[in-house]
Amino acid sequence: MTSIPLHKTLKDMTLTNVSVGYDGDVVVKRAAFQLLEGQIGCLLGPSGCGKSTLLRAIAGFETLMAGEIRMDDQVISSPSFSVNPENRSIGMVFQDIALFPHLSIAENIAFGLSDWPKASAEERVAYLLELVGLAGFQSRYPHSLSGGQQQRVALARAIAPKPKLLLMDEPFSGLDAKLREELVPDIREILKHEKMSALLVTHDQMEAFAMADQVSVMDAGVIHQTGTPYQIYHEPETRFVASFIGHGDFLPATVCGADCVHSDLGTIRGDLDHGFADNTQVDLLVRPDDILHDDDSEFVGVIVSKWFRGSHFLYRVKLSSGKVVYCFASSHHNHAIGQEIGLTVHLDHLVMFPRQ
Amino acid sequence: MADFAHLTVVRKPKSNWLKVSAILIAAILALPILVVLVNVLIGDGDVWHHLYQTVLAEYISNSLLLMLGVGIGVLVIGVPCAWLTSMCDFRGRAFLSWALLLPMAVPAYIIAYTYTGVLDFAGPVQTFIRDMTDWRYGEYWFFEVRSLGGAVVMLTLVLYPYVYLMSRAAFLEQSENTLEVSRTLGYSGRAAFFKLALPLARPAIVTGLSLALMETLADYGTVQYFSVNTFTTGILRTFYGFGDVAAASQLAGVLLMFVTALILLERYSRHRIRYHASGLKKASNRRMKLKGGRAFLASVFCWLPICVGFLIPVSVLAFWAMFKAEMPGTNFIQLAWNSFYLAAMASLIVVSLALVLSYAIRLNNGRSVKASVGIAGLGYALPGTIIAIGTIVPLAWLDHRIIDLVTYYSGEKIGLVFSGTLFALLFAYTVRFMAVSLGAVQNGLGKIKPSMDMAGRSLGMSPFKVLARIHIPLLKGSVLTAMLIVFVDVLKELPATLVLRPFNFNTLAVRAFELASDERLVDAAPASLMIVLVGLVPVILLSRSISSNTGRSR
Repeated sequence: MTSIPLHKTLKDMTLTNVSVGYDGDVVVKRAAFQLLEGQIGCLLGPSGCGKSTLLRAIAGFETLMAGEIRMDDQVISSPSFSVNPENRSIGMVFQDIALFPHLSIAENIAFGLSDWPKASAEERVAYLLELVGLAGFQSRYPHSLSGGQQQRVALARAIAPKPKLLLMDEPFSGLDAKLREELVPDIREILKHEKMSALLVTHDQMEAFAMADQVSVMDAGVIHQTGTPYQIYHEPETRFVASFIGHGDFLPATVCGADCVHSDLGTIRGDLDHGFADNTQVDLLVRPDDILHDDDSEFVGVIVSKWFRGSHFLYRVKLSSGKVVYCFASSHHNHAIGQEIGLTVHLDHLVMFPRQ
Repeated sequence: MADFAHLTVVRKPKSNWLKVSAILIAAILALPILVVLVNVLIGDGDVWHHLYQTVLAEYISNSLLLMLGVGIGVLVIGVPCAWLTSMCDFRGRAFLSWALLLPMAVPAYIIAYTYTGVLDFAGPVQTFIRDMTDWRYGEYWFFEVRSLGGAVVMLTLVLYPYVYLMSRAAFLEQSENTLEVSRTLGYSGRAAFFKLALPLARPAIVTGLSLALMETLADYGTVQYFSVNTFTTGILRTFYGFGDVAAASQLAGVLLMFVTALILLERYSRHRIRYHASGLKKASNRRMKLKGGRAFLASVFCWLPICVGFLIPVSVLAFWAMFKAEMPGTNFIQLAWNSFYLAAMASLIVVSLALVLSYAIRLNNGRSVKASVGIAGLGYALPGTIIAIGTIVPLAWLDHRIIDLVTYYSGEKIGLVFSGTLFALLFAYTVRFMAVSLGAVQNGLGKIKPSMDMAGRSLGMSPFKVLARIHIPLLKGSVLTAMLIVFVDVLKELPATLVLRPFNFNTLAVRAFELASDERLVDAAPASLMIVLVGLVPVILLSRSISSNTGRSR
């Protein structure tokens, strides 16, 4: 007699030193991070950085070259051992959606429920259709649905068997911008409602920020940093993270004390020790919102280009040294290109890297 | 807590048996071509010298003239018909656009027999002329059907659909915007056609042309019947008449060079098609409306190849088959049954192997597998005569070794094991028709995205269940199509069947050929008609997929 499997939530999933590759080519190098119960994680990076390969390794579609993946203290992948994908209790949503075209919407969602008693499965399907806002669509076929609706079905199908972990491989990249904006918060809400741990892969940082509790930034097969969206934006640990996330410029500067640097925009002090020796040549990360327009400032720059953003102006400003930086100004401060404006720096935490 | 201990899987080998099977299949299917090539190389210079002095010039010039004539013919019919039915609108356009494919169902040798029966000296047309005018033999000139020119016309009539199909797809693919841009830049409609539409469609037209020319080179039935000496007739005559494998192989080698040139041309232009396709979807296809005289001319132009290439010969065949032919019913049923089970077995074998190859390349996209699939598909360009010789030579060798061995050990005499049996025939069909079924199966498999497999697995299905619940239901249609195409192709195939069939084993095609060779054209009609009618099935499928595509934005 079959019964509904107990809804077990993930306690944690841990990657240690995971390397993945094909034919001697290492695509993912020594990846390590942990995902906790109910968390939504994200692998963020440019295309070809190995993030999808790592996701497929977690799903069990790739074997490891080194390291191990554990779920709740059980090894599920290692170079010599691999639990089959169908036995991992890991659901997956794909970039190309991959609904089964020969099955109706209800049959697609029920696909993973073949072990469930019929009545419970039907109940589950009805509940999920309601949850993803597609009640009444059960007997339609995938081709008659829009892209956004199809992606909702794909999500319902993936979470129907109550997996411990849901993986999502660029789930929104095939959809247009407006649809994406609607769908991302919806899906986050559904996952939180189901208390489902999830891991998202994307190259779009806005999507990552909107969706994830924890973001791992990847480049060329290496995870550069794992942290909250706030951390990776404001406290990037590597030069790549600093330049990949958000807008920003590197301002040449010279260290002048434990919490201070000299730059084109004067002496800047942070609230923490930066750990560089005096007189080290460094590049200081400045975000558009770190440099503000200030008529009283002794430091000036010439406007090279500008964008009106409604609530504010974003200027590109050329400093006396020739370095060009972003600058925020309130929308009352409408200046012409070529005009000279005063600039002031507002930085709490100095993010800097050795000069390149 | 989940216990995974019982689910241990230690690095499963990546479907190695599929890879091994793929390489094995390719190696076996490459055998005929290898045999021919080896014989070309080991053949001595004397044979070559003899061929060169006697027949080679005639074979080459006849084959070239045939290709030239058919090439011009298929372009002159195929391209304008494609343009008229895709870019213009006139009464009957929708019907004509698929009816233009009908001649594809008629094998060249059958249309040749039919027109010979109608137009030769004793045929109804010349008899009618004589009755009307009181002229007698030699007192008037009439077109000699059984000539090089006649062969060109017959082949053109049934091969133009290749050019028509490819160029029509290309015209439909062209973004209307491209043409509109040219109009806004000051080109007239006619100039836009020659400066833009035609050059854009050229790779597709060339692909269709090279396919038609491959068929021309492969043709045996027509040229043999018309006594036009080409490579295919020469190869079989050398092989049978003189029993000279080396010389036949030398000739096959020269033919192979021609074929290779065409393959390269086809591959190159297919590559260019991808390059030329804009990738933009066309919102709608606004066709030029033709009126009055121009509409009339357009429909006459499109009706002409359909009438001459299909309606007339098929009506004649039907008339002969029903009222004139002498063929005992039991005899006919026996022939049809032979053809049927041969074709059915061949399509089962070919499609099963195509499935193995397709899955091998899907699950293991390594270089060796890719190369294997490429090699296995090479036979589509090989004329049946070459495949026949490449099959019979190694099988006969093998048989003699086996017979020697058995005689040595048991003292008993046994008959042929492989050559001269259905095995040889089925093997040759597999070589020849692997490519078409590979195409259809891979096309179907391509629609099952790899992510669907992964979705199935992550939803708790074993690989076997994924196969049963996702692949089989989704693949059924393509597999049936592949089997149907192979079935019909086998039914029509003539030269390989003629060479390789077991003694006293006849099929519809072979019997039609034999009766025609005995000048019993009328008696050949029932078998011919049967072949044409069965051949209609894939043509109808093809035209259905065309018309459903034009409904959408294609």
